[in-house]
Amino acid sequence: MNRQIVRLTYVSLALVGVLVVMTTYWQTWAAPGLADRQDNAIKRVAEFSVDRGLIFSWQPRRRLARNVERTVDGKTLFFRRYPYGRLAAHVVGYSTAGRSRTGLERSLNDYLTASNANLSTLVDKALDELRGKPVEGNDVVLNLDLDAQNVALDELGTQCGAVVALDPRTGKVRVMVSSPGFDPNLVEESFQRISRITADCRPASPLLNRASAGLYVPGSTFKVITASAALEAKKFTPDSSFVDPGYCIVYGKHVNNFDTSSPFGTIDLENALVHSVNSVFCNVGLKLGAKLILDTAKRFGFYERPPLETPADERLPSGLYDDGRLYYPRLDSDVDAGRMAFGQERMLVTPLQMAMIAGTIGVGGRLMEPQAVDRIVTPGGRVIVRQRPALIRRAVSQETADAVAQMMRLAVERGTGTAAQIPGYSVGGKTGTGETGVPGSNTTWFIAFAGRDEETPPELAIAVVLQNQSGTGGTTAAPIARAVMEALLRPTANP
Amino acid sequence: MTARNRELAGLVVAAVIAGVALASVTIARDAEVSARPLTYGALFLGLYLVAHVVARRTVPYADGALLPLTAVLTAFGLTLNYRLDPDDGGRQALWVLIGVGVLVATLVALRYDYRVLESYRYLFGVAAVILLLLPSVPGLGAQVNGVRLWVHAGPLQFQPGELAKIFLIVFLAGYLREKREVIAQGRLKDFGPLFAIWGAAMLVIVQTSDLGSALLNFGIFLAMLYVATGRALFVAAGLALFVGGAALLYNALQHVQDRVTIWLHPWTDERVYCAALNGQLEFRQNCASYQLVKSLYSIANGGFGGTGLGEGTFTSTDGATLIPYLRTDFIYSAVAQELGLVGAAALLLVFMLFVVRGMRIALRAQDGFSKLLAAGLTFGFALQTFIIVGGVLRVVPLTGITLPFVSYGGTSIVANFLMLAGLLLVSHRANEQSSLQ
Repeated sequence: MNRQIVRLTYVSLALVGVLVVMTTYWQTWAAPGLADRQDNAIKRVAEFSVDRGLIFSWQPRRRLARNVERTVDGKTLFFRRYPYGRLAAHVVGYSTAGRSRTGLERSLNDYLTASNANLSTLVDKALDELRGKPVEGNDVVLNLDLDAQNVALDELGTQCGAVVALDPRTGKVRVMVSSPGFDPNLVEESFQRISRITADCRPASPLLNRASAGLYVPGSTFKVITASAALEAKKFTPDSSFVDPGYCIVYGKHVNNFDTSSPFGTIDLENALVHSVNSVFCNVGLKLGAKLILDTAKRFGFYERPPLETPADERLPSGLYDDGRLYYPRLDSDVDAGRMAFGQERMLVTPLQMAMIAGTIGVGGRLMEPQAVDRIVTPGGRVIVRQRPALIRRAVSQETADAVAQMMRLAVERGTGTAAQIPGYSVGGKTGTGETGVPGSNTTWFIAFAGRDEETPPELAIAVVLQNQSGTGGTTAAPIARAVMEALLRPTANP
Repeated sequence: MTARNRELAGLVVAAVIAGVALASVTIARDAEVSARPLTYGALFLGLYLVAHVVARRTVPYADGALLPLTAVLTAFGLTLNYRLDPDDGGRQALWVLIGVGVLVATLVALRYDYRVLESYRYLFGVAAVILLLLPSVPGLGAQVNGVRLWVHAGPLQFQPGELAKIFLIVFLAGYLREKREVIAQGRLKDFGPLFAIWGAAMLVIVQTSDLGSALLNFGIFLAMLYVATGRALFVAAGLALFVGGAALLYNALQHVQDRVTIWLHPWTDERVYCAALNGQLEFRQNCASYQLVKSLYSIANGGFGGTGLGEGTFTSTDGATLIPYLRTDFIYSAVAQELGLVGAAALLLVFMLFVVRGMRIALRAQDGFSKLLAAGLTFGFALQTFIIVGGVLRVVPLTGITLPFVSYGGTSIVANFLMLAGLLLVSHRANEQSSLQ
């Protein structure tokens, strides 16, 4: 029997050996993946014993997120408090024990809990642990301007929408708000109150960051892309003239201008953008073809998630959507280029993407990476991450950008966007009214850039979107854009 | 150094481990340094010294490693149970006390020749079946978590399945020793009594839907049949039978299907039917596989070095439990989080050492009954460890059974001390004989 017993010994040892191997697998190989999972309550709760890093706005000493120390069951835990409540709720997000994390609290978790792998921080952490001191996380400083955030939220009021403003020269995000907002302090304790939030749209979805994860019909703001494509392909110039009959025929159907009662007659491309003439852009689109326009859109960042520090699933790519999925046509004939040229068809965009477009046109065609974070600092004050301006790519040539920028300036000077004029500044903008198919519930837009004068590169680009509007972009969104831009350009005017 | 002196030295080491572990728990929990862990460590040592002294008198030649290894395992169990719930730690200590008492009583009772057990083999077989039937007796049995495994007798409650396992091993050892030659020839009629008793036991277990125990007893049976006959064909036929039976059970029983689904796909990307939420849709990781997934998170959170005793995360910030059945089925994920890979591997190493010593005893034993008894007891110990820890680690579908000597649970502790008594008795006799020759 001894031979059998020896074999049985091997089998027994192999059984326990498998357990050693699998324990190793879960604790080393699979552990990082498990740590990232949203339902990992163990890791999440365990990280409450870390003195989590603070989050600051661009203005010094304004803490968007701080900690409250409490002793639970003999352990010191650090609970999150958001002193400015809903002011930066969507970008900062929240960190709770019960309901996972969102925003930068989620994507920068490794930095905030000092678990980012780095020799010196690892040593610090190990020393802290040996001393029985709570581990201290790294602090994060954002580019957000709290005063302007406040203005934007006030202006949006009970309307559903979003405002994104950035410095197109560097990509620094100065404003990113989504309405309706929510108070992140309520997420843990009384989530009921958040789910009861109402606004001028249903569902109100207060947790959704509309600025980067809201998809809207771009309407006429998309003409900026079409115009860029037309000039870049050298098939048209600003002076190319068209006869506007007040409509355009696509697949045998009339596409009407916003106001069909007074056709513009003979009009050039520049004035077509200034006055947002659909029929002209419809014909331009038909001439260029859908794929050429989409390729230009891609150069502006369409069909990819805009790079921002927030979690990837809180940012959506812009582009054509078919049945809820991002869709790129195989053939020109798969898409109605005429309607797409003025931002209808199945085109859906995010406010972040539109702000990037306005900025890129303003600064001569250079598409910069949007950055909400300025730097990450260790508890000792050492800067471990400093975000430097990063060029994504040149979207269009300097000439094209300058020509389109000029058209946008004229649109604010004497076209559809006059409500966005700021005395002493050169503002270029484009209005948009996206039809959702329901009368009286249009999506209205205003995208713009603003600088000291026409010669210096603009220091600001903005996109404002509003849902469920009966007015036009020029009357609803443009005034909000102006108010936010003024808050950023003239900080003293808004104490 | 004689076996008993080695044992004494090993017990002192085990007691030091227990003391240090308890000290780190109390320091982490209560943030105070007190003499209490020292007292507990001394009591722990005292308890095992009683077993040691009795072993010196009754089984002086027995293997000297088994008792210290057991002490280390119970030290793990006591520390973790105390850390997770001081009251349960106290109760667990009481059960270890009773377990040592049972060990001592068994050693004393069978000190002359344990092989008398062989003549009572059918009695053991029938007793095992009766024990297994007890939970189904109205007024006696109790249903816990949808499974009838418990028996209430006044204030006491125990799980007869754990004892039945030991009894079945004694029956199999006796029966297979007697019939192994004829069985090896494969004549069906010789299988009669075997299938009658063992088959009845399996039927009862399956009927109570205690799948872990069914798997364990089936495995022990196959292993002992193989050791007795040396015929791999029997093992193959047994495994085929097992696969067939498992497929049958899978198709017949919804909860078997659920276990397998949880095992294969604990995470879903989309919300699926959730029975616990009255059929609402929910991610499976938040519903059916909640326990398993949380336990994996617990293990992963331990990492290489662990969080340290008393520093692990098992409750939410409001004190709510994150892992249900942590102290019984999922004790291993508590070990793995607080002691990390280093500690978990050390624990598994102790299990391995125990297995090696147990199998060595089976090799050295002179007679068939002793060999089969030692091999059966040891393999049962290894397989039980594999089934529960493997379930926690997602190697096999999870079935709730106890981790020997570590999980919280009275009957389990007592049954394992009985197993230890059996191994010590066999080893004493084997070593005594070889030293006489």
